[in-house]
Formats: sequence, C-alpha cells, structure tokens
Amino acid sequence: MPATTEPPSTAKPFVRLTGASKSFNGITVLKGVDFDVRPGEVHALLGENGAGKSTLIKIISGLYAPDGGTIEVRGETVSFSSTRDASRRGIATVYQELLLFPELTVAENIFLGNYPKTGWGGIDWDTVRARSRELLDSLDSAEMDIDAKVASLSVAQRQRVEIAKALSRNAKVLIMDEPTASLAEADVQRLMDVVRALRARGVAIIYVSHRMPEIFALSDRVTVLRDGALIGTREIGEVTEASLVAMMVGRSIDQLFPKPEPIIGDVLLEVENLRCGKLVRGLTFSVRRGEILGIAGLVGSGRTETALTLFGITPAEAGTIRIDGKTVTIRSPKEARDLGIAYVPEDRGSQGLVKAMSIRQNVSMATIDKLSNGLFIRFADEAARALEAVKRFGIRARGGIEQPVGQLSGGNQQKVVIAKWLETVPRILILDEPTRGVDVGAKSEIHAIMGELARTGVAIIMISSELPEVLGMSDRVLVMNNGQLVTILDREDANAESVGAAMTVSKTRKDAA
Amino acid sequence: MAVADHPTPRSERSVLHRLYSAYGQEIVIVLALVVLFFVVGLINPRFLSPSNLNTIFSGNAYIAVAAIGMAMIIITGHIDVSVGALIGVLATISGTLAVAGYPVWVAWTVPVLVGMGVNALIGVMVAYARIPSIVVTLGMLSILRGGLISVTGGAWISGLPPEFLIAQAKPFGVPAPIYFMVILTLAAAFWMRYSEFGRSLYAIGGNAEAARASGIPIERRTVMVFMIHGAFAGLATLLFATQLQIIQSTVPPNLELTVITAAVIGGVSILGGTGTVVGSTLAAILFAAIGSALIFTNVSAYWLRAVIGVLILVTVLADMIRRRRQGRA
Repeated sequence: MPATTEPPSTAKPFVRLTGASKSFNGITVLKGVDFDVRPGEVHALLGENGAGKSTLIKIISGLYAPDGGTIEVRGETVSFSSTRDASRRGIATVYQELLLFPELTVAENIFLGNYPKTGWGGIDWDTVRARSRELLDSLDSAEMDIDAKVASLSVAQRQRVEIAKALSRNAKVLIMDEPTASLAEADVQRLMDVVRALRARGVAIIYVSHRMPEIFALSDRVTVLRDGALIGTREIGEVTEASLVAMMVGRSIDQLFPKPEPIIGDVLLEVENLRCGKLVRGLTFSVRRGEILGIAGLVGSGRTETALTLFGITPAEAGTIRIDGKTVTIRSPKEARDLGIAYVPEDRGSQGLVKAMSIRQNVSMATIDKLSNGLFIRFADEAARALEAVKRFGIRARGGIEQPVGQLSGGNQQKVVIAKWLETVPRILILDEPTRGVDVGAKSEIHAIMGELARTGVAIIMISSELPEVLGMSDRVLVMNNGQLVTILDREDANAESVGAAMTVSKTRKDAA
Repeated sequence: MAVADHPTPRSERSVLHRLYSAYGQEIVIVLALVVLFFVVGLINPRFLSPSNLNTIFSGNAYIAVAAIGMAMIIITGHIDVSVGALIGVLATISGTLAVAGYPVWVAWTVPVLVGMGVNALIGVMVAYARIPSIVVTLGMLSILRGGLISVTGGAWISGLPPEFLIAQAKPFGVPAPIYFMVILTLAAAFWMRYSEFGRSLYAIGGNAEAARASGIPIERRTVMVFMIHGAFAGLATLLFATQLQIIQSTVPPNLELTVITAAVIGGVSILGGTGTVVGSTLAAILFAAIGSALIFTNVSAYWLRAVIGVLILVTVLADMIRRRRQGRA
C-alpha cells in the first residue's frame, strides 16, 4: 500500500495494477503490489536485484499472467494473454537487451510485424519509409539513415529505433528497463531529452533504473519494491537519495554489510598497464593481503573483462602482472589456478557449474587432479571434501552431496561455485557479481564468508553492480569506465555520489587525445 | 564399488532411487532384453539355440565395441559420423596386410594405430580449429568412403590366412568377440567412472566453459578422447574383418548410425555430459536381439529399422523430460 496520500492528480491512471501477485515453483516473487502510471508522467521503479521489478513490468507488458490481482487499462479490467494483447492496448516495452533484427534495416525493424499494407495486400514500403523517417525525426534523430542495417548502429541508436517501433504502434505506455545501463554519458543526456519529449506528448513512462541522478532528473513519482513487496510510492519531491536507498535495502548500509575489521598486509597482486581487447585498456592497480578491492563500473565498462584477463580466460595482450613481487604470465585458467588465483564467474550457469553433475563432482572440479593419484580419483577424499563444504557453507540440498547442482536454488548453487574455488586454497579470489540472483539470507552468508576469508589473508577482488554491496564490503573501490581506470577511492571516501559520478564520467575526449 | 561412492544411504528406498536415477537406462535395457528373450523363446524355442545366441552376441560384438568409443565422444559433447567408413577402410588395410603375408600381429595392430591417427586429426580440427565435430566427421566420411572405393575398386579381399581370423577363435568354448566386448566394456566403464580423465569428459560434455574455467585442459582431452575412440574403431575392425573368410569393401551400410544409436539408446545424452558405456553395449546387444527376434517370429526384417527409430525417439524424449525435471534443459 502506498504510505502517502497522493495529491489530486491531473489525469486518471492509464494502467493500474491492484494486488498483483506472482510465484514461480512455489516461490513468491511478487506479493500483492499496487502500481499505476498516468499519461504524461515518468514513474520510476526501483529495487535491488530480485526485488520483483522485472516481474512487475513483465506482467504489465503481457509476458506473464499474474496469479492474483487485477490489471486495468483506462479504468477497464483486462487480462493479457500475450504481449500482443498488451501492445494492442497501447503498452510497449523497450527491453534492456534490445530485441531488434540486426540484418534488417531501421525502417524494416520499426514496422516489423505491423507493416502497413497496400490495396492488394503487399507491404506499402513508401509508407513504411515515410513514417519511419517521421518517427525518427520526432525523436531528434534526423541523422539516422532509415535504410541502414541495425547491425551498423550504436547501442544508443538501436534504443531509439526500439522507441520508434513502440511509437509506430501508437504506444500510450512505454516501459523502459534500465535504458541507460549501457550508454555513455552524452547518450544518456540525449535519451533523457527524448524521454522528456515523450512525456510532454502525453505518453506514460515506466522507467526502471538504478541510477539516482537520472531518477531525480526525470521522474515525477517513484515506486520502491523490496523482496517482491511494495514498500511505497512517493512524489519525487518527497524523497532524497538516502531515503530511497533505505527503502530499497530496508536497513542502512552499515547494518546490511557487517564487515569485520580487516587485517591488511603486504601487496600481493600488482597489475601494471594491463591490456586486452577494447575493454581492458591500460589498467594499473594492486591488491594487498586481507584486502577487499571492489570494482565498480557500468555494464560494458570492462570490469568482467579485467577479471577474465587476470584469470587467463582471455589472456593479457600487454602489461605486467606480479604476484608477491614476481612477474608472472597467465595464459590459461589452469595457470591462473596454479598461481593461487580463483575466479567465481558472473554467470554461474554458463561458467561456474556443470548442472548435471552432483555437488560432490562440482566441488572437486577445480582440484580433481590433486584428488587423484594420477590415474584414479580418490572417491572417499572427494566425498569428505564435499561433505565439509556443504557443512561449512550451509549448502542446503535434500539429496546431500549426490544431488545434481541444477536442482539447487540460486544461492546454494553460488555457494557450490565458491566452495569449488576455495578447494584450491586461493591467495587471490576474484568474485564477479557474487550475490546476483541470490536471496537475501544467502547473500549475507556469502558476505560473511568473504569477510572471514579476507581475515585469513586472502586478497579479494569483488566486482558488483550493486552499489550498496560495493560500498559495504570494499576496503577500497576501483571505478572503471570504458576499459580504463577512473579512480581508486578509499573506503571512507567512497559513497554513492563519488562512485556514481566516477562510473558515469565521460572519457571520450581523453580517448581521442 | 558403487556403494563406496554413495556414503550414508539413508534407506532402502533411497538406494533404489539413486540406482535408478543413475542407471535408469541400463536397467530398462536389461529388463527389455530379459522380456524379449523370454517371450520370443516361448514363441520359437530355436531363438534360444546356442548357434543363434552366438550370432546375436558374437556377430554384433564389433558394433558394441565401436559404440564404446562413440559413447565417450558423445559424452564429451561431440559426435562422429565417419566411424562406419573408417571401419571399412581399416578392414581393408588389415586384410591387405594379412594377405600380403605380414605377420598377423601387424595386420591386427596397424588398423588400431591408423584409427588413432585419423581420429587424432579429427580431434585436432575439433579442439584447436574449433570446427564442429559433425562437420569435420562429415568431411572425413566422404574422404574415407570415396577413397576406399577408388583404391579397391569395390573388390573383395579373399584368401585371408586362417590364423588372422581372430573372431572365429573360441577360447574355452566362448567366441573371442564376446571376450573383447565384455572386457573392453568393463574396462572402459571403470575408466570413465573412476579416472580423472573420465570425469573430465563428463565435465566437458556437461559444460565446456565451466570445465575450462576449472582448469581442465579441454583441447588436449578432446584430442585424446577422439584418439581413444579411434582405437576402439580399430578394435571393432579386428572383430568385423575376421568374422568371415573374405572382407567386403562395402561395410554394412549405416554402420555409423547404428553405432550412434546404440550409444543414445544406451542412455548417453545426445547433448553430452551423461550416460555410460555399459548402456551403449547393452543397447548394441538389444538391437541385435530385436533383429534376430523379428526373423524368428517371421516378421519382415525391414521392421528392425522402424523399431529402432521408435526406440531412439522414446529415449531422447525421456532424456529431455528428465533434464527438464532437473532444471537443466
């Protein structure tokens, strides 16, 4: 329930959700949420990963049917059986991963599935091209060629094609899911201008974003979700950044990340002018024993690529890596592992686990050569190690260590990946999004494991898109932008403003130089 | 052995349950075989005569042996459609050497080595050049089959020395191919289950990226598994080429498909990562038994392929359902 009484609105809501609920496999992801959006407003939707934002917008866009609650469009109760239904009612979505066909032209993409027809049933290409031109011009994109293939466009341009596509279907509600997540600063400004123009035309906009400056610059109202429940809907004038963060996480950051006092030792890992591809361009930093170095940056800023390079998945093209002062070369994950580096990947499904295999077999995977006598695996040792890991990390599995990891929950799967790497007794542990898609309980358990490991002298590099996590766990925060290091902040200097500003700083001029 | 691997089984039911979930397909095939022998034996007792059992088990052992290597390849997430053509080429090489008067051990060993060599080449192209195995082996299939016909002109090899015909030997009254089949299957099963190498094949087939990130050298393992598969093709050739007094330059048509089918019906997931070589051997025996049963019940043998087709679809469907239930489809 919204905790505030709303001022009399100038317009009736275009879409209104009442008591919307949704669960998957018995896990409730949305609990009785009320939400509405009015013509000519930007309504921001906020929440941590897993708070239920995507489920909510998928219900509005017709992708999911809610288990409970009602959807009203212009005061009329409706039920969408597909996104097509929602689209007919004037609801369109611009997804984070843009759903365009790269080999088709801009105009073809805009009208795909919705081509105007000629009298004898063919596609009316003249109208397609004329209307495409018109739509793009109205989005301040006169420079875009409607006959260019989408593959040749930048991310920002593709996004405008998506918006034009939505408008071509006469969208009255536009859902934008993290539209600025992969944009450079100049493009962000331009997108915000487009959003303002749409609002002026009376379009209702649902705007999902993590970036506070945008939310304050653009939105009229803001709704916060946490753990699938509505925390509140507020006028933007009533909130501050701090109050929004408190609503999102439920506690202040200090309470959420109980970080033990670190015992920081000598420099363990030194990286100098590291280069690999377009997203690791001359990085220099170091990590000490017992230290947690957080790496912050936008999607596409080169955080993960840096980890992949350090771990030898995409070996460095230039630069120096020193461990304990000794220069090392890392050309494969095996070499990295043998040097005491472990990497818990961003995507545990594709890089971390073999889902068909049991907990036992996954836990031993990175150490299987040490668990065998050169030929055969010592099964008793293997089982004992797995059993110990299950106990130590509180991995919950009905079938014990023989349960296939594909059957475990996200949090337990993540603990298996961490357990696998701790079996190698790493000195340098790289964690990429260690708590993504993990429930709140498992999250704090994983944070506790990190704190404990650091105190035993492990150097930890943690990449995270969750600013509260970066600020809460790190001893120092390294901020990356566009493959380069922007700054390294000490714990006391790192806050949402300083890190956020460094993340979004435009470096285009510097690159050109 | 199996129990050592499963500590603290809580109850009878959980042991059975685990046994079924780990070896479901093998158990189903054994039951199918028992039912088949029982029912067809009732209809026509000659089905169970020693000479017919000899045909079923011994005459098809080479398929089971080739299917062991194929199972390993599919478990690793690859496929080889050229193995039938390879066996044809290796049989011709072996027979030619034997007729030319080389010692029989040379005629027996060379096909195994050549099989390993050819598959090493396939493995290198798959692992290092990153060409999908289906494409590499389709190419190899054409080369081998075309090359064989061109070189031999379709002529058969006859006049094989009697001591060369190892498949006709009967130590202790049991045909040699059965020893080969049983010993090779058990050795491979043991190796796949208990060795670090076998484990790494399952890991690569289950998720190659995760295996690589865990420090498993997947390129080297891929070349190795193709070479082992080539060795099994060579061993299968020994059994196939020495069955009769002559060697035809035309191998049984669709031999590669029969071998792949044996692996799949034996419970090896076509998507890689699961299955056992025991299953593939049992499935190879099942085909042979079904083929023979059709003859003994006066059903046209043409139905064999249709029956096998149904078995493939049912097996793959069951595998997909199982995967979906385990949340990994």
